[in-house]
Amino acid sequence: MTQRIVNDFSITVGTANGSGSSTANNTILRALFKMGIPVSGKNLFPSNIQGLPTWYTIRVNGEGFTARRETHEIMVAMNPASFARDLADVAPGGAFFYADDIKLPINRTDISIYPMPVKQLVRSNPDIPANLRDLVANMVYVGILAQMIGIDITKIEQALKFHFKNKEKPVSLNMSMVKAGAEWATANLTKSDPFYVEPMNKTEGLIMADGNTAAALGSIYGGVQFAGWYPITPASSLAEALNEYLPQLRQTQDGKNTFAVVQAEDELAAIGMCVGAGWAGLRAMTSTSGPGMSLMTEYAGLAYFAEVPLVIWDVQRMGPSTGLPTRTSQGDVAFVANMGHGDIDSLILLPGSISECFEFGWRAFDIAERLQTPVYVLSDLDFGMNQWMSTPFQYPDVPMDRGKVLWEEDLERIKGDWGRYRDVDGDGIPYRTLPGNTHPLSAYFTRGTGHTPEARYSEEPDVWVVKMERLKKKYQTAKKYLPRSIVRQTEGARFGIIAYGSTDPAVEEARARLEREHGLKSDYLRLRALPFTSEVSEFIAAHERVYVVEMNRDGQLQQLLSIKHPEHATRLIPVAYSDGLPPTAKWIWSAILEQEEK
Amino acid sequence: MSESLPMAGATTQVNAIGLSKNDYRGNPTTLCQGCGHNSIANQIITACYEANIVPEKIVKFSGIGCSSKSPTYFLNRSFGFNSLHGRMPSLATGALFGDYRLKGLGVSGDGDSASIGMGQFKHAMRRNINMVYIVENNGVYGLTKGQFSATADQGLELKKQGTNLYLPVDICMEALASRASFVARLFAGNAKQVKEVLKAALAHNGIAVLDIISPCVTFNNQESSYYSYSFGKEKEDPLHDISFHAASEGPQSTISYVPPRPEITLEADMIDGEIREVKLHDGSAIILKALDKDYDPTNRLEAMRVLEDAHANNYLVTGLIYVAPESPSLTDLYNLVETPLNRLKEKDLRPAPETIQKINDLMF
Repeated sequence: MTQRIVNDFSITVGTANGSGSSTANNTILRALFKMGIPVSGKNLFPSNIQGLPTWYTIRVNGEGFTARRETHEIMVAMNPASFARDLADVAPGGAFFYADDIKLPINRTDISIYPMPVKQLVRSNPDIPANLRDLVANMVYVGILAQMIGIDITKIEQALKFHFKNKEKPVSLNMSMVKAGAEWATANLTKSDPFYVEPMNKTEGLIMADGNTAAALGSIYGGVQFAGWYPITPASSLAEALNEYLPQLRQTQDGKNTFAVVQAEDELAAIGMCVGAGWAGLRAMTSTSGPGMSLMTEYAGLAYFAEVPLVIWDVQRMGPSTGLPTRTSQGDVAFVANMGHGDIDSLILLPGSISECFEFGWRAFDIAERLQTPVYVLSDLDFGMNQWMSTPFQYPDVPMDRGKVLWEEDLERIKGDWGRYRDVDGDGIPYRTLPGNTHPLSAYFTRGTGHTPEARYSEEPDVWVVKMERLKKKYQTAKKYLPRSIVRQTEGARFGIIAYGSTDPAVEEARARLEREHGLKSDYLRLRALPFTSEVSEFIAAHERVYVVEMNRDGQLQQLLSIKHPEHATRLIPVAYSDGLPPTAKWIWSAILEQEEK
Repeated sequence: MSESLPMAGATTQVNAIGLSKNDYRGNPTTLCQGCGHNSIANQIITACYEANIVPEKIVKFSGIGCSSKSPTYFLNRSFGFNSLHGRMPSLATGALFGDYRLKGLGVSGDGDSASIGMGQFKHAMRRNINMVYIVENNGVYGLTKGQFSATADQGLELKKQGTNLYLPVDICMEALASRASFVARLFAGNAKQVKEVLKAALAHNGIAVLDIISPCVTFNNQESSYYSYSFGKEKEDPLHDISFHAASEGPQSTISYVPPRPEITLEADMIDGEIREVKLHDGSAIILKALDKDYDPTNRLEAMRVLEDAHANNYLVTGLIYVAPESPSLTDLYNLVETPLNRLKEKDLRPAPETIQKINDLMF
C-alpha cells in the first residue's frame, strides 16, 4: 500500500436529487469539523425537486485550504443515473464506494472499489419503518465511510443530535444505520486506498454557517424592520432565515413584533414595498438573485433618484436570463454598478466571508440611511447556500447610524425652515422627514420626476443639473462610510491580485501554491465595496501587473476598474472564468502562471 | 416645508379641529379645464375638511398618468409619493408599515391600475392595505395623448387609434374578485355622492376601492362613450342615496377628530323610503337610502350581479357596491408594537449583546 494521505483530499457523493442525502452529507461535514479538521462542503445540485443527479463535494485540508477541489479522491456513488460518470471521475489511486444494487460495469483497475450493501442493511433493520428506508439508507454510506477513513463515530452522533435538535428517535434511528454500516465495513472490507482523516485542533472557536443565514442574522442585528421578498433560488433561504430568527430576537417582552416580513407577489412589488418602507423611515431590505434584480431595476432607479434608503441582497446565480438557477456566479457586478436608466451610481458591498455576510448585514443599513440611497450587497450561491467554516459573528461595534432625519422637535427648533433636497451640510446628503411626523411643515411630496431643493416639480435645466451634481457629490461622500479593501502584502511580490466575494479561499490557495511551487510571490487586495476608494488605485499603481480574479465571462470588475482608472487600465489582466461551479485554486494559479511565464 | 400657495379671499371658517379649507388644499391643477379629476380633487378637499381629518395622518400615493399627478392638487400638509407606473400599491404597502396609524389615500387611473398595474392592484386588495384606492377611470390614456386603456369600451373609435377590439376590464369586478373590503362606483359629475363615499372610505379599516368614472374632456368625451359626461348624466342609476355619519361613540378613528354629538339623526328627506345603516369599525356609519329597491352592500354575490346587470343593460350603476366592515387591515395582522415602527429606537431594534453568544452556539 502507498503512503497514507491524511486530511488532504475530497469526498464527493453522487445521489439523486430529493433522496434525502443532505442530512447524511451535512453529518459527514459537521463530524469532520468537530474533529478539528478544516473542511468545506459544496452542494452541486440541479434545478429540480426530485430525480436529477446531484453531488455533494467535501474538501478536507489540514492546511486550511477549503476552496473546492477539482479532483475527487473519494467518490460515493448512490445514483445509477450518474454511476458511469462518477466512476470515471475518481482520481487515479482514489476510492470508489457504490451501492451494490446498482448493477453496472466497473471498468477501472487504478482505484479501490468498495461495494456497499445499502438496501440489504436497511431492510435487515427491523426498527426502520418502510417509509423511512430510503431516507436512512444514506446513513449506511456515512457509517461505511467513517469506518474506512477514520471519522469519529461520536462526532457523527454529535452532528446528528445537532441536526435533529436532540430529538432522540431520529438520532437513534439514523445512528443505528451508521453503526450497521461501520460494522459491516469492519467485517467485510479491506482498505486498499491511502486516504485517512485524523483529528486536529484547527477549527476550535469557529462556527459553521451558510451566508444567507449569516446575512439574515446580521440584518436582524442591524435592526431590520421591514423585509419584502419573492421566492427565488438561491436567495429564498435568506428571507426564510429572517422568518426563523426575527421572532426569537426581535419581539418585545409582551410578544409584539418590531418588524414585518411580507412575501410579495413578485420582485417588482417586493422592492416597491421596501422603497415605501424605507421612505417611511424603516430599515427595509429585500433579497433576490439575478432575474429578480432585473425586475427590481425600475424601483432601484427611483430609489436612487428620490433618495430612499433600502438594502438589496443579490445572492448571485448564473445568468444571463434564467441561466443556471442552481449554480454560482459573480455575473451581476457590472449590471448592479449602474442599475437603472440614466446616470446612476450604485453603492455596493462585497462580503468575502461568512462573518462578513453577517457584518455587512447590519452595516448596510447604516450606510443606506446615512447616504439615503439603495445599498446593494452582492453575495452568491456558494456563500448563500453552502455551509462554511467561519469566525463567530461579532456583535456590532458601533451604534446605529439613522442618518439625517428631522422629527417634530427638530422642525420646531429650525422653525420649519427646511427643504427635502437642500444640501445644508455641503456633503450632498439632504435632510428628510418621515410620514407620521405631526409638525404642520413636515410633509413633502416625493417624485421620480425633476425636483427643486424644496421638492417641487421642476423641468428647469439648471435645477436638473444641480440635482444630478449633488447626487454625484453624495457618491463621493459615500466613500468615507464604506468598508475599505483588505490588502495582504508579501515581501518581494512580483504582481498584484484583486478579487472579491467567495473566491477568497481559492485565491489564497492559489497564491500559496504559486509561491511554494513557482517562487511567484504576490500581493492581494480583496475589494469590499464600490465605489473604489483610494487604496484600490494605490494598489494598482504599485504593481506592474494586477490580475483581477472573478467568476464571470467578461471580467466585469476589471472593466469597471479600467473605466474608473483609465490611467491604470493596461496593468489590469482579467482572470475571469465561470462555469457555474465554485472556483478552484487551480483555475486561478494556472491562469496566472500562464501569463507570468509568457 | 409646505407647497401651499396663499389663496386670495379664502374663507376663515374652520372645522372642528380648527383648520380652514385652505389647510386641505394643494397646488393649482395642471390638468385640462373640465377634467373630471379636478372635481374629484375638490371633493377630497371638502370631504377631509368636513370629516375633520388631520392632514398629517393621511399619506398620498399615486402611480403615473394624468390621475397620478393629482395628489399635488390637494392636501399639501400630507406626505405624498408619486411612484412608478402601476406600482403604487406595493409602495403604499411598505410605507403604511412605517406608522400603522396613518391612512393611505391613493389616486391611480385606468391605465395605471387596469393595465400595467393590474397585478399589484389585485394583490393590494387581498392584503387589505389600509388605504383609499381611487381609480380615476376615463377609458383612455391622457398623458400620452389618447390611446385606448384596458377599460375602454369595445368598439370605441379614437383618432389615430382606430377601433378598440377588446372587451373592457371592470375595475369594481376585479376588486370584488380579489376580495376587496370596500368597493364603490361613482361618477365625478355627482359631487355629493363622491364626497360622502370618500368620507366613508377614509373611515373604513382596510382598502376602499373607488372606481370613479371621470370623463376625459380632451380624448374621450364623445356622447357614445361610457366615460363621457353626457353618458353619466343620462345613464347614471344610483343604488341609493348615501350619507356618512361620523362616530358618536365606540373606538374612534386615528386620523380624524370626532366631536361629541348626539345619536345619528336623519334629515327629513332621508326618512322616507327604506333606510339601511352600515356601521364601520370606528363607530361611524354609512346611511343608505333605497331608491328603487333596497340594496344590501354586504353581499358579494349581489354586488357582482348589479355590476353585470349594468353592463348588460348599458347604464352606469353607482353607489356603495360592496363593504365588509369588519375585515382586519394588513397591519392588524402583524402583531406590531404599539409605538409606530418608524419611531422605534436602537434599543428596540438591536438585540441585546448577550444574545450573540446564543446565536453563535446555534451555528454548529
